[in-house]
Amino acid sequence: MILQEQGARLSGSVETKRPCASFGFTAIIRFVKKTVVIAELEARKLLHDPTELFTRAVQPTLWLLVFGQVFTRMRAIPTGDMRYIDFMAPGILAQCVLFVAIFYGIAVIWERDLGIVQKLLASPTPRTALVLGKALAAGVRCLTLGFFIYALCALLDVKLKWHPFALAGVLLVLLISAALFSTLSLIIACIVKSRERFMGIGQMITMPLFFTSNAIYPITIMPNWLKVLSHINPLTYQVDALRAMMLAGGASQYGLISDFGILIAATTLLVILGGWLYPRVAT
Amino acid sequence: MSDIVIETTSLTRCFGALTAVNSLTIQVKAGEVFGLLGPNGAGKSTLIKMLITLLPPTSGKARVCGFDIARASCDVRRFIGYVPQLLSADGSLTGYENLLVFAKLYDIPRSERAERIRIALNLMGLADAADKLVRTYSGGMIRRLEIAQSTLHHPSILFLDEPTVGLDPVARKAVWELIERLRTDFGTTIFLTTHFMEEADSMCNRVAIMHLGNVVNVGAPADLKASLGDENATLDDVFVHYAGNSLDSGGTFRDTSRTRRTAQRLG
Repeated sequence: MILQEQGARLSGSVETKRPCASFGFTAIIRFVKKTVVIAELEARKLLHDPTELFTRAVQPTLWLLVFGQVFTRMRAIPTGDMRYIDFMAPGILAQCVLFVAIFYGIAVIWERDLGIVQKLLASPTPRTALVLGKALAAGVRCLTLGFFIYALCALLDVKLKWHPFALAGVLLVLLISAALFSTLSLIIACIVKSRERFMGIGQMITMPLFFTSNAIYPITIMPNWLKVLSHINPLTYQVDALRAMMLAGGASQYGLISDFGILIAATTLLVILGGWLYPRVAT
Repeated sequence: MSDIVIETTSLTRCFGALTAVNSLTIQVKAGEVFGLLGPNGAGKSTLIKMLITLLPPTSGKARVCGFDIARASCDVRRFIGYVPQLLSADGSLTGYENLLVFAKLYDIPRSERAERIRIALNLMGLADAADKLVRTYSGGMIRRLEIAQSTLHHPSILFLDEPTVGLDPVARKAVWELIERLRTDFGTTIFLTTHFMEEADSMCNRVAIMHLGNVVNVGAPADLKASLGDENATLDDVFVHYAGNSLDSGGTFRDTSRTRRTAQRLG
């Protein structure tokens, strides 16, 4: 068999090699392409084995069906004119995103143990594209769960907003916040480097993030110290944006521009930090 | 000189107080099979990680394919292939998908992708299993798939970290035939680590023996064997002679080496 093809490079032709474009239009296109390839890789895995999506749907179902319905009857939490189940639905969607995304770090440690991360790092793929690609994949996973939660909310008679712009807005918030929390998780993985330590820390941050946000109770009833925590918690802004765009008659407390601004800024910062830390996981 | 594809100058990597690679200077020529031998913890993996730009050096320099590993790491990565020691193909994807993703990551033009993947699958004897999930593959099949993944872009240098570890003799032989073929057909330089001395002896043009972060000797296997002064010496003997008994603590290396050299002379 003749393996020598046209264009096959032989060693020694070093002089003819073009250097990598590290800035400019070509670099941006390359970055976007690679990001999409990494996301595609994750999406293909999900297509081969979607069982995870079903198991992940159990928890939000319990929250909405049991917790939501009981507290709606009790009227224990003051949510103004809004029924409690309507109030908490965006919070549960946000929680779903958080729990899916926070799992990403452990997947990276797992892939490191398999040698996959090392091979990706040795390919000409920008580190930030590896991170953002994973983040985007987390978004895709969360979108599928988003569809499920919308269906469940519709069944429970949650007053949803069906305007296409509102739906597009919710989709965008899901993608951004999945990217945010999955990158946070990846950064933790790059620092702790072992599965055991990650499990502990993952537990340690998910519940506080959830309970110090406005996901299942309004900020107005929180004590002052909790209000401060809630204001620096990105989940609060995610829930705030979701509440405005998901519910008929929903309104944003902080304004959608600040919600999006804060989420996008935090994600960008984390992706850059993650790109810088990513090689550490392999060493 | 374009004839030299890997060139390190006083390359050093420390982890805290430990010096994993100590002021290492080696050269690898284009088209040769270069073997890195040494006991566990000798610094082989650290050296490979620096050369493939996964780990920045603490001090010293290295050029791979003419590019500086610290300043032009992205350029280095375009011209090398890397097969880690672990079986790193993604088990939850098919063989074809594993190749497709890497074809895209290595910027192989869309028009060439299908053909390159087809050739690679045929060459590796994986054409029939292409659409099966990799987790159903045998160890030898996964190793062949990984080599295919890492050579789709026709790299100038292929780095292999213990490519035949854990494989049965048949699979091992197949891997070596592939490596030899890459070298003859594409002129690919092969840089590998191995614990199998007989493999290193028959396949490598030159080997370097590493111990405690230093290269203690470099040369053609025949020359290294001749250097022991015993005509029946094997590469195993060379390894033991230079690397000492790996069960010994690091500090006693020099003593062991000296003792053995003395014993040799006496023998």
